[in-house]
Amino acid sequence: MLDRAGRAALLTLACAAMAAPFLWMAATSLMGQLEVFSSGRVLPAVPLWSNYPEALTAQPFARYFLNSLVFATAVVTGQVATATAAGYAFARIDFPGRDRVFMLFLSTMMVPVVIVLIPRFLMIDAIGWIDSYQGLVSTELVSVWGIFLMRQYFRTVPRDLEDAARVDGAGPFRVFWSVALPLAKPAVATLALFAFIDAWKNLLWPLLVTRSMEMRVVEVGIAAFHSTYEINWPYQMAAGVVAVLPIALLFLFTQRYFVRGIQLEGIR
Amino acid sequence: MSPAPQGVSLRGVEKRFGNVTAVAAVDLDVRPGELMVLVGPSGCGKSTLLRLIAGLEEASAGEVWIGGRHVDDVAPGDRDVAMVFQSYALYPHMTVARNLGFGLRVRGAGRDEITARVGEVATVLGLTELLSRRPGQLSGGQRQRVALGRAMVRDPGVFLFDEPLSNLDAGLRLRTRDEIAALHQRLGTTMVFVTHDQVEALSLGQRVAVMDRGRLQQVGTPHEIYRIPANLFVAGFVGSPPINRLRLARDRDERGGRLRAARDAGASGHGGQGRLAGGPFRFAGKWPFDEATLGVRPEDLAVAVPGASRADFEATIVRVEALGSEQRLHLDGPADAAWVARAPPAMRVTSGDAVGVSVAWERTHLFGPDGGRLGAAPSPIRPLRAS
Repeated sequence: MLDRAGRAALLTLACAAMAAPFLWMAATSLMGQLEVFSSGRVLPAVPLWSNYPEALTAQPFARYFLNSLVFATAVVTGQVATATAAGYAFARIDFPGRDRVFMLFLSTMMVPVVIVLIPRFLMIDAIGWIDSYQGLVSTELVSVWGIFLMRQYFRTVPRDLEDAARVDGAGPFRVFWSVALPLAKPAVATLALFAFIDAWKNLLWPLLVTRSMEMRVVEVGIAAFHSTYEINWPYQMAAGVVAVLPIALLFLFTQRYFVRGIQLEGIR
Repeated sequence: MSPAPQGVSLRGVEKRFGNVTAVAAVDLDVRPGELMVLVGPSGCGKSTLLRLIAGLEEASAGEVWIGGRHVDDVAPGDRDVAMVFQSYALYPHMTVARNLGFGLRVRGAGRDEITARVGEVATVLGLTELLSRRPGQLSGGQRQRVALGRAMVRDPGVFLFDEPLSNLDAGLRLRTRDEIAALHQRLGTTMVFVTHDQVEALSLGQRVAVMDRGRLQQVGTPHEIYRIPANLFVAGFVGSPPINRLRLARDRDERGGRLRAARDAGASGHGGQGRLAGGPFRFAGKWPFDEATLGVRPEDLAVAVPGASRADFEATIVRVEALGSEQRLHLDGPADAAWVARAPPAMRVTSGDAVGVSVAWERTHLFGPDGGRLGAAPSPIRPLRAS
């Protein structure tokens, strides 16, 4: 077993390994285009803050951010709505085949995301929603992991509370809305946070389903930026830093939900 | 103003969970305005029976009637009942005021009405200062009162209590028990109270229903339950310390109604062949069984110095429990039978003392091989020498 100093050293090393790429990205975003390749250089000689406005105006990043925000917000709203309702039903409502249906839902988590990309694309194409918000969002509104998370959480809500509400005269929806859901706030917060992050850093699906620059999200914008300005690493890193900022800010304010989510990742 | 109290009738009510029968063919009538206590050991089905009345469980068979209305298809909220749960089940995300008013809000009552009614109940229960707190900020006793208030605020026809005192410490439990009794007197509402504590049951109930393994064993006043137990289970469950039991066998030497202590006489006997002094016993009437059980409450044994007149048997004191208001004497009697007797606190006795024990025969109980009571009170059994 490691002693206290040994553990501290190991954790410091791990932290450094995690932080290094981000620090390198931030440093590179402030370098000159050629300075990036000068050997042994880690920090910029003179920080070029102008890289940021130049990079962000080289492409319509404001629009990309707006699209990402709309996409992530819609996904969060949809996943919270569907996961809480379905999770509650799986946890509390007795209906024939409930547990089998739930297992069926769970089994879809074993299917790699890329396998269903093409069918999803064909469906969206068939109804003419390619390159639209509804096309971008509609197949992202249900999260099986979210349903699982909410089901597990609702099962921990004491049944007496719901029984008390029933005796008080509440019907099934009122019990869900006024008693069970408010008590599940920590799980809802975790789900919303992870849904937001997943949507924000989602590249593959938005890349497939959007075509015009007006519909691009940040991740796709950076990818497109990469091919246009392939050799301009500082611009690319500046865009990357800005793209990471919302997530970093979220982390600052919602650390405890992150930790809870990561604990739950273990059963994902 | 409180509504008219409602009676509750259960007709052949059964509840099965898979292969397990939690409640079996229960017939029970709770009169309007009555405080009925359901008592029994853990897992006897008493809470399930309460939940069947509340509508939180659906009966597998039988009918539930409340206030003359068949309610099997009526939702819990429309049965005119309110329930206090063992866990109190206060909504942790709501303030005390919102907890109290939830039932009225759900029913679409106006804000003014809710405020007035919540204020009224809070005043009665001394909760006014706590209205803006959340349940997490309350003590156990305060939570209990909020749970009671939440039930009262709707003026229900029937109050249901599911072991509401079991989470309180001894002192608070006693006080709250008195408060509930006073509340019942004041409101005159029908109350069904579930507990596993037989002292609570006898002290609170106007009538008591004793349950075991899903079946009603006896329904009666506390006096009837204690003094005329319907069977060996009721006799053993109600009363602390428990009733003394002595297994009796038919005296093979004699025809007719004669019994003697069986070879393995007492509950903790060791198979001695001895007889109670003065045995065999005479049973009034025709004796149909080979064996039976004699039940004697500890207070129906009188302990005196050895050789005193009227002593039925002699015994040795094994242990003395001095409880202040009384002494409990653990006795080693004939046939190696163990007995517990109550004695006055001033009586000077110690372990190892030999004593004479006399039995208040008219208050003993006799139970057949199936555990059912034989004969009414006073007891039909007497020592033969008494004849």
